[in-house]
Amino acid sequence: MDELVIETEGLTKHYNGVVAVENLNLRVRRQEVFGLLGPNGSGKTTTILMLLGLTEPTAGWVRVLGLDPARQPLSVKARVGYMPDEVGFYEELTARENLAYIARLNGLSGRVAQERIEEALGRVGLLDVADRPVATYSHGMKRRLGVADVLIKKPQLIIMDEPTQGLDPEAAREFLRIIRSLKEEGITIVLSSHLLHQVQAVCDRVGLFHKGHMVLEGTVTELARQVLGTAYHIQLEAEGSPESITAALRRLPGVTDVSWDGKYHYRVAAVEDLRTEAAGAVMSAGGRLLSLELDRPSLDDIYARYFEEVEHVPAA
Amino acid sequence: MSQPREEGRRLPAREGSPWTGLWAVVAKEMADHLTSARMRILEILIVLTAAGTVYMAIQEIRTTIAQDPFLFLRLFTTSKDPVPAFVGFLGFLIPLIAIALGFDSINGEFNRRTISRVLAQPIYRDALLMGKFLAGLFTMTLVLTAIWLLIIGLGLITLGVPPSPEELARALCLLLLSIFYGGIWLAVAMVFSVVFRQPATAALAAIAIWLFFLVFWDILSSLLASALLPIRYGTMEEILAQTKLAMNLARISPNTLFSEAIIPILQPNVRSLGLVLTWQLQGAILGTPLPLGESLVLIWPHLTGLIAGTILLFALFYILFQRREIRV
Repeated sequence: MDELVIETEGLTKHYNGVVAVENLNLRVRRQEVFGLLGPNGSGKTTTILMLLGLTEPTAGWVRVLGLDPARQPLSVKARVGYMPDEVGFYEELTARENLAYIARLNGLSGRVAQERIEEALGRVGLLDVADRPVATYSHGMKRRLGVADVLIKKPQLIIMDEPTQGLDPEAAREFLRIIRSLKEEGITIVLSSHLLHQVQAVCDRVGLFHKGHMVLEGTVTELARQVLGTAYHIQLEAEGSPESITAALRRLPGVTDVSWDGKYHYRVAAVEDLRTEAAGAVMSAGGRLLSLELDRPSLDDIYARYFEEVEHVPAA
Repeated sequence: MSQPREEGRRLPAREGSPWTGLWAVVAKEMADHLTSARMRILEILIVLTAAGTVYMAIQEIRTTIAQDPFLFLRLFTTSKDPVPAFVGFLGFLIPLIAIALGFDSINGEFNRRTISRVLAQPIYRDALLMGKFLAGLFTMTLVLTAIWLLIIGLGLITLGVPPSPEELARALCLLLLSIFYGGIWLAVAMVFSVVFRQPATAALAAIAIWLFFLVFWDILSSLLASALLPIRYGTMEEILAQTKLAMNLARISPNTLFSEAIIPILQPNVRSLGLVLTWQLQGAILGTPLPLGESLVLIWPHLTGLIAGTILLFALFYILFQRREIRV
């Protein structure tokens, strides 16, 4: 099932001469969780607004669920749920009243609206506080209400802008759980974030944005290969002469770099998983192995390394 | 569901009606207006004013024994020191209500960060705009009609005479005029709610405009007229031209339009709003009331002026908001 839910070609947006998004080619497949990554002001929110038809592109071509958001905005917005960053509600109204307004705007009324509201509130665990004014809600509760709000229209695609920002770890975990369960129902999800470990935890693929361009795209492992070059990092601790241990590790075929971080700690970069070989090398150099661990490539490393390189280019 | 790929952008028009969701917005906004504390305060204020002025008017009317075929209308226009007549109060209470209903309509949505969530629903911006304007207008209609009924009721009880059909028609005209007058100020407040990010700034700006027209415009228009058409030789033509110019300049102000338009409606024996020269009165029987139709002809320019102003301001509001980027 490789149906494309989002497809853009050469999508470009300029705000008063400033480039917000340049020549974006984005493809998101059905039932995929796609992460838009990048620092603030790199064009993530603008991209989202163009996908929803809330902002007109300067140039380029967009299809969302096969529809053109600029020409068929009602059909697109009836099928796509959008949760903005810092989602806001009418504070003096209760959660139920807020959702009822959204249901009416979607053309739902009476029993159908009632059922959808109950279902959505139950889904995010807000049923028992549904009749309290939103002003009394915590930040995490408002975010969950934001999800309920999106679910009212039973969307095929959900776009979330910075959904976990400002949530405490427990609330964030709960939020990621909701995202995964939505994916299992067959809903496609696009989310933007700069909280990398959370993106890594839920996204199938990510796109890295920088100054309006999508500079990298793919799964986390693919990105790691592109940016970090060697995808495997082994951390080991060993007692013994640092010189001979370092030398022994360097001799192993496939090892690209070894660094000694003082005292017992070594870092080995390799093209494949060389844990067994590394352990052998430490033994043969007369060292006593204390711990051995393989680093999974993390988005944080990719991100940090990528922007380090980008920053250094103009400086040089 | 899928569109031909390249030529999709050449589709003739946007799909669907711009009014999808309009009534949902109107219902929600009206509910907000009617339950807000702001509205309660205004309601209390306006009911007190109505009761106070009409009570004084009744006291005054009772003391006169002169025959008056339009006794009922005098409820609105009679004043007794130190309280001015009800219509005098209306002239500045209506702008106040209108501004209170409109000054935070758009920037409030931005500040509460609800705007992007609402516009992500399957509606056009048109529905949100029109819905907000109509909700304001309907709320004002509701409040003004309630007061109007209250005054008629008070009149029935205290005067003990039922109003004639013509009096009722004239009173109804007053109600309609008040609503149109409110519409123009509602549009002013809404324009400022798009222009300014802060509701407080928008409210202040709207009130400043209102005060400008209420207090300074009359003075300014006579100053302007004497600067533009100075009286050099003291001829009749010069004096007339200057006075006419001053009068027409003053009519740019909606306050002037409203207070002038009320006069022939509530005082049927008024037969002109401009300068009247003696030869123009030839054949007129002074003191006889004009029929309602003639009074309406007299204020027709004022009425169209008020409506045209409202439409122009609403168009401005519309253009400003349609161009506004949702991105903050």
